[in-house]
Amino acid sequence: MLAGADPLRSHLEGRTAADLLDRASAGVAETLGTTDDAIVWTSGGTESCHLAVLGCARAEVLSGGRRRHVVVSAVEHSSILAAADRLATEHGFDVTTVGVDRAGLVDPDQVRAVLRPDTLAVHLQHANHEVGAMQPTHDVALACRAVGAVLHVDACQTVGQVGVTLDQLGADLVSASSAKFGGPAGVGVLAIGPRARVRALLEGDDRQRRRRAGQLDVASIASAGVALAVARAQMDTERSQRELVRRHLRTRLAQAVDDLELHGPLADAHPGIVAASALFVNGEALLAELDRRGIAAHSGSSCATTSGEPSHVLIAMAALTHGHVRFSFDATITVADADRAVDVYSDAVAALRATAGVRRAGR
Amino acid sequence: MAFDPAMPADVEVDARGLRCPRPVIDVANACADSPPGTIVRLLADDPTAEVDVPVWARMRRQRLLGRGPWAGDGGGTAYLVEVV
Repeated sequence: MLAGADPLRSHLEGRTAADLLDRASAGVAETLGTTDDAIVWTSGGTESCHLAVLGCARAEVLSGGRRRHVVVSAVEHSSILAAADRLATEHGFDVTTVGVDRAGLVDPDQVRAVLRPDTLAVHLQHANHEVGAMQPTHDVALACRAVGAVLHVDACQTVGQVGVTLDQLGADLVSASSAKFGGPAGVGVLAIGPRARVRALLEGDDRQRRRRAGQLDVASIASAGVALAVARAQMDTERSQRELVRRHLRTRLAQAVDDLELHGPLADAHPGIVAASALFVNGEALLAELDRRGIAAHSGSSCATTSGEPSHVLIAMAALTHGHVRFSFDATITVADADRAVDVYSDAVAALRATAGVRRAGR
Repeated sequence: MAFDPAMPADVEVDARGLRCPRPVIDVANACADSPPGTIVRLLADDPTAEVDVPVWARMRRQRLLGRGPWAGDGGGTAYLVEVV
């Protein structure tokens, strides 16, 4: 079990593990357009985001810096929002949340307007996990540079699916998640560019240049590296295939179902996400109905969560939360599959509306 | 002039205690059953209604006159809609 050895040891197994780790780091660094030493492996996207938010703040505080302000968007993944909330409540930072438009996009001018001389970082996702909206990270990066703040881009939804490098994003830090590019769960990456300073959250050894202590799961990291190489080789052809299916799905859903709200922008969107809400439909009942008919979908709607809280993403977009469903699809899904999903979805929505006794004016 | 949640209404819909999407279905049905110009007051306490009632009004082209806390018995939020 060579991959199970400790890469810090100098015996053969240890050297083999170290070699596997180095190769995985080199691969992800090349994909993200950065150097091997910029890569920090984590336990997943959540830890990567926490290291970016809290680790930047720690570095600033411990180096005697005076920046105590961070900016997030209202549609960030809850791991970012939770980490930012911790900065505010436990470390006295000011956190500004910038809103989004009806398509889920931030306005770079609005971000520029809230930046201050003491802004440490802006945390902005590349693509939204619920509706697929892709943010104008490069314009936000320019605004950050003007005040000396760093930009962290949570690209967990896109690395390995959409070609992104730190330069293309304008990012100083990028988070990625292996589970999202076809690798194993439990592996994440934070790429730390030359302008960013991060202090470890996990400490106790010298691994990963003291930016993240703890022995790594080399076998999983190696397989994540292979998965990323495969994803990268197929990315461009797969992206255009998925884009075709995405647009087809949006068009057909709008034709097939009355009173439907499609979420996220038509352009500037993740190629594998379509999200929609159907008026008068209970989200949980809709998912059960779809599941019964052989379609696995996901809901972020209030009706489907145990907390009873509506999706913060849809609220920020002032979008309908009724019967919210997200279709995620990879390149194996064809236009014909999408048509079948539309038929099933349309039947399910009609059945649930009839059961709920929805009446129309004059009928 | 400030919006008055207790303004006179022609039809009262009490959907308090009901969960999404029932309050919106109830107000939509009340509007469907009433001629244009009718004022409908919806009382609801599901927080989701604060998001979904305005979106329903936009999607179904009904006029949301305003919303505010209901001072009467049982509390909740009052939404005043004019049937278009």
